[in-house]
Amino acid sequence: MTEVHIVGAGIHPFGRHDDMSGLDQGVFAVREALGDAGVEWGDIQFAFGGSSAAGNADAMLPRLGLTGVQFINVANGCATGGSALLSGYWAIKSGEFDLGVVLGFDKHPRGAFNPEPADWGLPDWYGETGLMLTTQFFANKINRYMGLHGITPMTLARVAEKAFDNGARTPHSWRKQPMAAEDILKSQMVSDPLTKFMFCSPAEGGAALILASDRKMRELGLAGPKVRGAAVRTRVNGSFEVFSPSLDIERGPSPTMIASRAAFEISGVDPADVDVAQLQDTESGAEIMHMAENGFCKDGEQEALIAEGATRLGGRLPVNTDGGCLACGEPIGASGLRQVYENVQQLRGRAVGRQVEGARLGYSQVYGAPGLSAVAILEA
Amino acid sequence: MGVTPIAEGLFTAGERPRLIGGRRKDTGRVVFPIPSGAEAALYDPVELAEAGTLWSFTVQRFRPKSPPYAGADDDRTFRPFALGYVELPGQVIVESRIETDDIAALKVGMPMRLVLTPFQRAGEAEPAVTYAFQPA
Repeated sequence: MTEVHIVGAGIHPFGRHDDMSGLDQGVFAVREALGDAGVEWGDIQFAFGGSSAAGNADAMLPRLGLTGVQFINVANGCATGGSALLSGYWAIKSGEFDLGVVLGFDKHPRGAFNPEPADWGLPDWYGETGLMLTTQFFANKINRYMGLHGITPMTLARVAEKAFDNGARTPHSWRKQPMAAEDILKSQMVSDPLTKFMFCSPAEGGAALILASDRKMRELGLAGPKVRGAAVRTRVNGSFEVFSPSLDIERGPSPTMIASRAAFEISGVDPADVDVAQLQDTESGAEIMHMAENGFCKDGEQEALIAEGATRLGGRLPVNTDGGCLACGEPIGASGLRQVYENVQQLRGRAVGRQVEGARLGYSQVYGAPGLSAVAILEA
Repeated sequence: MGVTPIAEGLFTAGERPRLIGGRRKDTGRVVFPIPSGAEAALYDPVELAEAGTLWSFTVQRFRPKSPPYAGADDDRTFRPFALGYVELPGQVIVESRIETDDIAALKVGMPMRLVLTPFQRAGEAEPAVTYAFQPA
């Protein structure tokens, strides 16, 4: 069976770039990825790409070259980047293509997203009375979880502290200023128990990966991590998602749990085999809950694991080694591919200043609205 | 308090108001609010329990962006409010504003009951009526 490898990776640094459009940053990332792989745009047989708020991804074609390449725009909420990767993975695995690019970019206005109720199939009163904020969802979810599983506010702060420490070591991150857990805890309360520095911000950036079949990779004399498995899953009854005026009493698994299980099964590996993980950290609590939802620990074990530094660089399972969304911000279309980009750097031993020594297996999981999760597992 | 509900079909009027949920005819699954439009035919209206327990909660500390938020306050006059989810036994967990003078005393599992409460939209003369839960 055809195997799929990532033979090139490019990124436009995340953050705020007033002089560049989202598309500019996407094009930049693609050119970086092509250069990294040492292939030409004219060699590319397919592209899957998307942005949530920065226009059509295939608007980059006139700038990269009108080669007639099959270009598919991907729009899948927060999992747009993860879905582009999955599509490219299938395109090669099926035997149809040998070389392609998956990409994502975005550029959002400052501050919290402001959604329209009708776009989400919700009545106007829900937004009018102040119930339609993503921050509230995250706060409600972690607040219940903390009570059930003994997670303290200091653990939330430690997650953000780690993120800013890692961001300070990462060229493509946005926030490079370390901050003490005590200061994070004391910063402005946004939605209890989450303070200002426990939340990521909408941002800008672009990321791109060159995918190749094992045959093509050898033919071109290239190398790169293998995609062991990838999966996207959506919400089921009983999961708790953003913008939910009601929930089922009988609780069910989250989309992350089922995407994770599927990806591990496809890959034939276990959580214990993973050396480095990039987990969705829209806010501190999300990283904590996702450690359990992805099978890396049991509910409640995070309190001790995080206190002992297990998820820091040098720990048992370093998580969000580039600072994650907390330090990089969240340009929706690019965010999931940033995680995979970081794993590619880790598995190729190129994550200077933040390298997980001897990393062989890298795991990434992006989660978001309206309730979906995308997982990819890479092997060096 | 005004008499105009914030939306039709959200709750019953009278001394003992109730939220109106929808029970799906084929599965019995209860949702709130009852769906409108083409989906409505799949549901029977069901009055939800007026009392339940707090499932989770948070506090909205800053004025939400308008739109969609329609409150008549501004960044200076906005007052933080609690909100969360209340489990109505045997039916469904509903999201709601939470009325309390003591946010620090809120605890998951505490008993809650439904109340109607005014909500002043910007640009309107009279407040509309919306629902909330308060500690019982």
